[in-house]
Amino acid sequence: MTTNLETLPASDKKSGNAGKPTNHRKPRESRGTLAFSRAQRGKSLMKHGILILAGGLMIYPLLWMVVSSLRPNEMIFREPGLWLNSLEMSNYTDGWSALTHPFGHYMINSAIVVIGSILGNLISCSMAAYAFARLQFTGKKLFFGIMLLTIMLPFHVVIVPQYILFSQIGWVNTFWPLLVPKLLATDAFFVFLMVQFIRGIPRELDEAARIDGAGHPRIFLRVILPLMVPALATTTIFTFIWTWNDFFGALIYLTDPDMFTVPVALRAFVDSQSATSWGSLFAMSIVSLLPVFLVFLFGQRFLIKGIATTGIK
Amino acid sequence: MSAISELSTLSRRKGKATAEEKKANGRDNKAAYIFLLPWLVGLVAITIGPMLMSLYLSFTDYNLLQPPEWTGLDNFTRMLTDARLHNSLGVTFTYVFIGVPLQLAVALLIALVLDKGLRGLPFYRSVFYLPSLLGGSVAVAILWKQIFGTTGLVNQVLAMFGIQGPGWISDPSTALGSIILLHVWTFGAPMIIFLAGLRQIPHMYYEAARVDGATTLQQFWRITMPMLSPIIFFNLVLQIIGSFQSFTQAFIVSGGNGGPSDSTMFFTLYLYQKGFGQFDMGYASAMAWFLLVIIGVFTAINFIASKYWVFYDD
Repeated sequence: MTTNLETLPASDKKSGNAGKPTNHRKPRESRGTLAFSRAQRGKSLMKHGILILAGGLMIYPLLWMVVSSLRPNEMIFREPGLWLNSLEMSNYTDGWSALTHPFGHYMINSAIVVIGSILGNLISCSMAAYAFARLQFTGKKLFFGIMLLTIMLPFHVVIVPQYILFSQIGWVNTFWPLLVPKLLATDAFFVFLMVQFIRGIPRELDEAARIDGAGHPRIFLRVILPLMVPALATTTIFTFIWTWNDFFGALIYLTDPDMFTVPVALRAFVDSQSATSWGSLFAMSIVSLLPVFLVFLFGQRFLIKGIATTGIK
Repeated sequence: MSAISELSTLSRRKGKATAEEKKANGRDNKAAYIFLLPWLVGLVAITIGPMLMSLYLSFTDYNLLQPPEWTGLDNFTRMLTDARLHNSLGVTFTYVFIGVPLQLAVALLIALVLDKGLRGLPFYRSVFYLPSLLGGSVAVAILWKQIFGTTGLVNQVLAMFGIQGPGWISDPSTALGSIILLHVWTFGAPMIIFLAGLRQIPHMYYEAARVDGATTLQQFWRITMPMLSPIIFFNLVLQIIGSFQSFTQAFIVSGGNGGPSDSTMFFTLYLYQKGFGQFDMGYASAMAWFLLVIIGVFTAINFIASKYWVFYDD
């Protein structure tokens, strides 16, 4: 049952898992006669054809949204193509100031929630992961099992009492209901991800530090944390994307426009606009997707590694 | 190794301590609980406490203003006769049981095409993966609302061929379909997991099969599918659990009301309306527990069925 997924398409053959037999496949070019390779070339051409067609179809709506946001509004309803005659920036300037606050205000709110969530997850999940991966304690198996189960728990089961709790403390329309759960390691998925990673760090390193007189806080801070940077990076990136996109939590807890994060601001925008101002709506949608896209561009390696090793959305 | 396989090992190995655990017979209870403190507080205050609380509330009538009033099984008997709730279950089941298999089939198909040492693999992989990062956002839901609108992109393209398309999201018979399509569009994440799984299948199996004269199709059904079955299972379990909880896309595309005529009224959307629209917190809690039971039952069925089709190579 050990479906060992540590061999990743992303990490290429050379990096990382040096000692393991990572790639069972023979080099592609080395077999077959000329006729065989010609047949294969045809097949590979066909594959490229399929992939380009499928990939184009996938990405087309996004490209079209970008192009449409740079067009006069009325063209959105009758121009399915991607060519641009002129650049129309008015959608961006109109959209930026269409709501109570300039759109930047909501981006700052989102940034606060995102940064807080990242810090919370990094600190609380790495601490829990260290205990699960390295320490022996009473009830470890039980707690570990519970932790794994909470990964699969639908959040609707807790949302009503959580809302009651936070509203009684007076935290509705503050960021605390979105941040406090992260500070308390409720994203158990990341605890699991980090446990997996710490298990791969040689125990000899801990032992050496212990012989030198280091206690657990020191081993954790000086030995384990520096070595688990890739897992921390994966956590950071996923927390960024999930928190930036989080709609449900913000919808429930943030009802005051001053406190809106980007997703709820966009929702308010959709509701307030008549069906004719798609241009500025598109423009702000693209602004809202831009941070995620940038994270995707620069953090892809960690994203793919994170998904492949632990299998998440 | 996935959380799911970890859980099943945990239950299989019950009682038996591993060698590692025997060796380290010294326990660090104090240090361990200090490290676990944030997680433990979260478990009690954010997860288990609220779970029990919502179980209690599900037997009460509660609107946030007056204290909860015990009503016994009232909420549950109400659920039996709530036609909108039954409809929302139907919508959610349709979404889950069409959307998830369709998405996984596309993910597997593209992963198979991508797998065989193709040039430009990282580029293709990125293109297919990107939508699954953006798919959960409000922005993409807005885009979808336009694309499948009466004058949207899809109908503009159809018009080029002289076809007058319907208003996909304003027509009750196609609205849910366009949201299912959005789910299929995010097949990139399971595709990456499939790619990683395909890499794990030893090449010698295929070579041996080829020597024996197996066709490509035979190789697929006799080698690829059995070897990949644990990963298909893993994806299936996670995607089903996740899809039962889908909310944002239906909310944005329908403007928050699950329309037209409740055709996109997901269970979670109805729960939101009951709990946070009408502040019928008791009923919403009962619905939430019902959802937990549904998800639990389907996950259990999945695990039981897995004995008959999932192949473990160890």
